[in-house]
Amino acid sequence: MGTTQDTPVDPVEGDTDWSAVQSSQEFVQLRRRLRGFVFPMAGLFLAWYLLYVLLADYAHGFMSTKLFGNITVGLVFGLLQFVSTFVITWLYVRYANRNLDPAAERIRDQIEGDRA
Amino acid sequence: MRTTTLAEGVEGSNSLLNISIFGAFVLITLVIVFRASRNTKTATDYYAAGRAFTGPQNGIAISGDYLSAASFLGIAGAIAINGYDGFLYSIGFLVAWLVALLLVAELLRNTGKFTMADVLSFRMKQGPVRTAAAISTLAVTFFYLLAQMNGAGGLVALLLGVTSGVGQAVVITVVGVIMIVYVLIGGMRGTTWVQIIKAVLLIVGAAAMTVWVLGHYGFNLSSLLGDAVAHGGKSGEALLGPGKQYGATGVSRLDFLSLGIALVLGTAGLPHVLMRFYTVPTAKEARRSVVWAIGLIGVFYLFTLVLGYGAGALVGPDKINAAPGKVNSAAPLLAQALGGPVLLGFIAAVAFATILAVVAGLTITASASFAHDVYVNVIKKGSRDAAKSEVKVARWSAVVIGIVSIIGGIVTNGQNVAFLVALAFAVAASANLPTILYSLFWKRFNTSGAVWSIYGGLIVTVVLIVFSPVVSGTKTSIWPDAHFDWFPLSNPGIVSIPVSFLLGYLGTVLSKDKADAAKYAEMEVRALTGAGAEKAIEH
Repeated sequence: MGTTQDTPVDPVEGDTDWSAVQSSQEFVQLRRRLRGFVFPMAGLFLAWYLLYVLLADYAHGFMSTKLFGNITVGLVFGLLQFVSTFVITWLYVRYANRNLDPAAERIRDQIEGDRA
Repeated sequence: MRTTTLAEGVEGSNSLLNISIFGAFVLITLVIVFRASRNTKTATDYYAAGRAFTGPQNGIAISGDYLSAASFLGIAGAIAINGYDGFLYSIGFLVAWLVALLLVAELLRNTGKFTMADVLSFRMKQGPVRTAAAISTLAVTFFYLLAQMNGAGGLVALLLGVTSGVGQAVVITVVGVIMIVYVLIGGMRGTTWVQIIKAVLLIVGAAAMTVWVLGHYGFNLSSLLGDAVAHGGKSGEALLGPGKQYGATGVSRLDFLSLGIALVLGTAGLPHVLMRFYTVPTAKEARRSVVWAIGLIGVFYLFTLVLGYGAGALVGPDKINAAPGKVNSAAPLLAQALGGPVLLGFIAAVAFATILAVVAGLTITASASFAHDVYVNVIKKGSRDAAKSEVKVARWSAVVIGIVSIIGGIVTNGQNVAFLVALAFAVAASANLPTILYSLFWKRFNTSGAVWSIYGGLIVTVVLIVFSPVVSGTKTSIWPDAHFDWFPLSNPGIVSIPVSFLLGYLGTVLSKDKADAAKYAEMEVRALTGAGAEKAIEH
């Protein structure tokens, strides 16, 4: 059985002034961009999901209404939950690639570059 | 214990064929696990597979970890019998991944090392917070593990025709021993490959059956639904709308709402899911993992919708209810109706592989939490010597956890413990998720807040379950003749989740200790930028 432990090689351990980075303009902006996207989006999809659960739970008649053939409102509503999940995933990835990753990378390089 | 007569499982099933296909899966995965073990030396190898998996690989493994036998056989069966209400589960299980994607996965990958407790204790007092997080981790994984091992007994009755108590105990033991071997030898790398192989088999199998079923109806979903209604008997029409299972009373509706909330908030607090994010090199790969997982899990649940209604139409609810395993037999019976014994054998083997892959993931999570959190960081206070023996302790814990779960599976065999999965989600949503969110986003959050929300969420959830109809008072309870069921709901989430959020808040504002501002600055900068995050190791 292996008993060796990887030695902790922490490139930023030591005297990085985290508080200074935290209050730097670039970081404050990165945080604002992250929270400005994920908080409203999380609120939105949770509300949308809750609406769906409440309708399925308390509005049986409405959800059982047939739209065409045997396809009911409830089935369409349920499938829309899949669609919204896929769309939100795609929106977040696009947003993160464009608006979060470049700034995060710059700040990370500054911190880790100091040590190198 | 049940009767000891040996009878056939699903009619027309060929036990020898089923066992051969399953044996081939075990053999192939064992070879891969042995190969993976060559590179498993350090703690990072053992717990996090050297952080060397790619996002897509990890995403496939996550779906292999997450799609348990309950979500395959259980949901397909629930849709076949209860129609729309079964579909509601899969939606909760899927939407839940957005919580992980938006709020948890990347920030956790950047700040933690091996376990959930790494993140929760980052800026808190190590002892109390790590202990609390480890207890919650062990509780969730143990509930989940017990449900899986118990399910293995029922599954062999269904698929292999083993109905004697002794025979099922033997099978549970075999499952447990194979699982221990995977985890012991292959560590996280081996476990991940088992999950990847299983996920591919499961999704390909389900896709083939879905196309087959739809082909029967000229790829017209409406005709499939119509045929399911026609075969559904008196209440056939009710299959198309909600309420067949949960709509009976005000209490059952509230119970369903409570379940829906626990499902959507529980996933991002499941320790075995969280631990998977450490197996990739960067936060960006963690994001790609979730994207792949959402795609695969979403598509899989769409398949189960077709398979469930397909089983209702092509097999029929009467035959499903009469089969051993009842609702769980819907998907295997459908496989048999479509492709005869060979397809049934394949689906049976996949169902077994599913149990193996999920229990292996749970066992490595529990062993990591014990060795890394409890042993090294709490008992030995992070000493270097203890860290050297960490992997050894983790391996021994995996053996102990494996043995305990085998015994648990055998003892509870024949009892309905399906509520344990709901309980695991409820504890994850109540004890873990509020604490994770507060730790990552709330500056003032402190040690006492973390301790209050973890223990508070855990205790409230378990206490409410003990005094619910799950345990006493109704025909399906564990003790039907006792009456201490003063809490009417079987799913405590609607009470326990807000209570835990409130306790985390109160614990923080009422205590005298201040949050460590410097540590919060470090945690926040690391979380958002990935500076100083654990790197992948090269072999």
